[in-house]
Amino acid sequence: MYSHGSESLIKQAREIQEVELQKFYSRIMKLLQEREFGHDIIDSLQRLHLILSATKYTRMLPSELYRKLMSLLLSSSLEHLQVLISAVLKETLPPSGQELLCSQDTSILLNSHSAALLLSQIGSRDELSSVCTQLLRFLECRSSEAPAHSLTHILPIINTFLTHCPETLTEDHVTILNKKLVDWLRYASIQQGGGASSGGFFTGPRSRQPGPIAELDGTVSGDFFTVLCVGQGFTEDQWMNVYSFSMLRHWLLIHHSVSSGNTVADTDDRSEVDGSVVSMVSATSSSSRILPPKERLREKAFQYCQRLIEQSDRKAHKRTDTELQKACLVEAMCILDCVCTEDVSLVYRAFPCVKALYGRLSSDMSFARVLLPIAQFYLNHGEMAAVDCECVWKLVFGRFPAELFSDPRLAHELLRFLRLNLRNLQLRVPQFTHFFPNLLKFLAWDSPAVVDDFIDLLPSLVTVGTAVELLHTLLDLPCLCATLILQLRSAYFPITEASGRGTLPLEAFQSSTYRGLFLFLLRGEAGTGDTIERLSTLHELLAEAAEWPRVVQCAQTVPVLLHIYFNSLVKIADEKMLTQLILVLLERSSLLLNIPKYIKEIHRVFSCHLLRLCKLHPSLVVDQSHELLEFAGTTANVYSKENVFTQVVWVLGEYLSVSCDSRCSVGLITSCFEALEAVLFEITSSSRSPGDAQPAPRVITSLMSALAKLASRSHDLIPRVSLFLSKLRAVTRGGSVPWCSNEEDLAAIATRGEELWSLLKVPSVAQSVLCPPPHITTPQWHQDSNMAMPLQLRALTSLTH
Amino acid sequence: MVRCFLVHTVCPVSALCPAESRVLYSAVFGPEESVPSRRGGGLGLEERRLLRKEQVLVVARQVQSAATLSREASGRVLVETVPGEEILALQEADSGVLRLRAGDPFSGERSALWLAVQSLGFTLVCEPHENLLLAETTLRNLARHCLEDLRMLGPGSEVLLKSDRIDVLLSRLLPHGQLLFLNHRFAQSLEKEVAAYIAK
Repeated sequence: MYSHGSESLIKQAREIQEVELQKFYSRIMKLLQEREFGHDIIDSLQRLHLILSATKYTRMLPSELYRKLMSLLLSSSLEHLQVLISAVLKETLPPSGQELLCSQDTSILLNSHSAALLLSQIGSRDELSSVCTQLLRFLECRSSEAPAHSLTHILPIINTFLTHCPETLTEDHVTILNKKLVDWLRYASIQQGGGASSGGFFTGPRSRQPGPIAELDGTVSGDFFTVLCVGQGFTEDQWMNVYSFSMLRHWLLIHHSVSSGNTVADTDDRSEVDGSVVSMVSATSSSSRILPPKERLREKAFQYCQRLIEQSDRKAHKRTDTELQKACLVEAMCILDCVCTEDVSLVYRAFPCVKALYGRLSSDMSFARVLLPIAQFYLNHGEMAAVDCECVWKLVFGRFPAELFSDPRLAHELLRFLRLNLRNLQLRVPQFTHFFPNLLKFLAWDSPAVVDDFIDLLPSLVTVGTAVELLHTLLDLPCLCATLILQLRSAYFPITEASGRGTLPLEAFQSSTYRGLFLFLLRGEAGTGDTIERLSTLHELLAEAAEWPRVVQCAQTVPVLLHIYFNSLVKIADEKMLTQLILVLLERSSLLLNIPKYIKEIHRVFSCHLLRLCKLHPSLVVDQSHELLEFAGTTANVYSKENVFTQVVWVLGEYLSVSCDSRCSVGLITSCFEALEAVLFEITSSSRSPGDAQPAPRVITSLMSALAKLASRSHDLIPRVSLFLSKLRAVTRGGSVPWCSNEEDLAAIATRGEELWSLLKVPSVAQSVLCPPPHITTPQWHQDSNMAMPLQLRALTSLTH
Repeated sequence: MVRCFLVHTVCPVSALCPAESRVLYSAVFGPEESVPSRRGGGLGLEERRLLRKEQVLVVARQVQSAATLSREASGRVLVETVPGEEILALQEADSGVLRLRAGDPFSGERSALWLAVQSLGFTLVCEPHENLLLAETTLRNLARHCLEDLRMLGPGSEVLLKSDRIDVLLSRLLPHGQLLFLNHRFAQSLEKEVAAYIAK
């Protein structure tokens, strides 16, 4: 599809020489002077456009050529020229000193293409405001001036103003527009616009009398015209109906921030509005005529939406129309939500209709994306109308993620819904946090697309009740991913033949023996247990899945989420929970799905946060000393969990002391010492075969430091350490050792050994260096009244220099 | 409102680094956020043009990486289609939606809807609160027209030289970035206008 041809074209366009370019300009100039325009000029303009747009740096046209093109743009009626010229002029600048047209010639706005050019090169926001005024003037007196079809582009342009610079619209603008929108939305013609061959805007009468408009299922329409009505041709106001509805939601959302007047008149008139239930075939409410324009528009928008909802129940003949019906339902719900927020009395009128719609659609998963705006409506207005919303939340958080996790657009919209309504949900639907296993299915399935949303959402899912289970679920996210893949595959291949080679993941998924394991992962709500007993079995069954690309992508996002998890956790966790978590960390460091690099990354995250947690609550170390010692005393951990092991050893050395927790006894220190000493002896023993794995130097030095720290607290242990360190010195001086092949590392270990050995010769110094009391390590000299003055004086002095 | 519509590569291009994307067509709608409040202040026209191009490139790159990851994850093999099989190519296309955070690259948050048809991607950058159902149908429609009218499934490079056809298409189906609720009859009449333009 994309070939060398295209690449070379771009290259040519970029590298065209100045001489050739000037020749090209003059050729175009000549062609433009001719009366007739043929293929030559079109081709040349296309090439000119390519040349100008191919580079980031703006090329200037000769001012003569620029002016000629500009005048042609405004005068020509040939659309080819209009399109090409405005595309060309967008890529360049007006010659210096020449302002771009807007103030002089308002006819530039009558053509969609030239208007686009104007907008892209407008000088300032003040000019935008005057453009807006001009556009609205065109809209108002359209019948007398320019041909009708050229004005449909005006509404979209006004909509772009709303998006980018709503402050350019004044109150007058808003009033005019409100009135016009009401006309087009509610009072468009209900007769067809003429023969099919016209294919456009047709205002004159034809010889054959056109019939009334029809609904999408073919029946004759019984009410006012909407976007879901069809005819052989369309009148101009029917076109404006389509354009008006297309911008209606945006208009309603924004214009209340623009118009500031009418507040006093509002309250008077609203009391006279008929508040009774609106029938489906809505008659024009006579009382609505006395409403100010803004309220009138609101009322008409309300009626339009109700009509759309009714029309969407019809069976359309074409597939594109069925999709349009869904889109209209979404839009109608959003508009209803908006108008009900502005005028609370409309809630009671709206709810019967919304409830009926919900009842109609809730069992059909293909309408899931329509049900989201309905859920939004319930969230915003359900309380006011005293409607029970339980079933809605069960559907949105319970069924959608479980059944539709693979739909990227639903995932995006549901997660967006969560993000935007987080405060509200935490208040009104606090149980949504229990659905985290379901919500994480979106993440497990398509991590790269939604990880961004989860970075925002995860902190709110970390609650005291769910924290431990959440940690387990996050660690097993790749397993969940594999299970979801298996679930989908199983739907395609309900029965798998036993291959005899070994248990393939799909067979395991379908077998009844292991079903329970997978079902646990696929659970929708939290609370049935933190994790399963046979986790290692599950990991073995899914070993093959570790190579599946989707699983690998998922595994890459887990470390980031774990960081966020721990960051949120420290804000809410008490010591009891942290104790539990440390145990989980130690246990799970060996219980992870074996994906390359995954295990190492997780260990890194664990070690980082283990350290952090222990720093915050040093007494945790004494509390969990038994488990930590067990971990540190297992030599195998030195090789398989290097990161975590190093940190565990470090925290033991640092925090196993009476100053951190009064429950720490000499016996505890001694037993810890002995465990660590045993490991150190083992990994540095000379009776190792050359093929054995070597411990990382960091492990050795941290073991040595930890032993030294413990010894400095319990001086009886000092001789034992000193003995080991002097032996170590002798061994390292002797040259190479079997447990360390790198010379630099060995030198570093030896140096550390020397330092510790000399420190321990003077026990009291060792104690203050290796276990300094807190007020030394956290200096707050600026608060110390003795120290502060000199600091201040020094600072002042340096400022004055 | 749609902020911009792009057509760009989603496969590696020999002349560029693997992560970069070549933008074949881009249309940015409406006055930009960078319009200064008074004439002479803020960014000049040239800088605004450059900013526009850079923003478009950033979006193209992000979509390319999203499309690549999505294809990798689904593990589907790309089937070459030839001109005439546009409907099939569209059915086989990967699609998704990307969240563009505020500042990356537009000043407000946006959603980028993308459709990857073999080696080309079609992207629509919308406001986050936009009706995505409608945006999706519009995007598919635009892509279908582009594939058909510009014979993109062949080796041709017409997209670069006939970009005015896409301009006209956009002016009818997505005027100034406005998504339209068109039922089949309205759509037919607009498409006839586009066909008439191309035929001339």
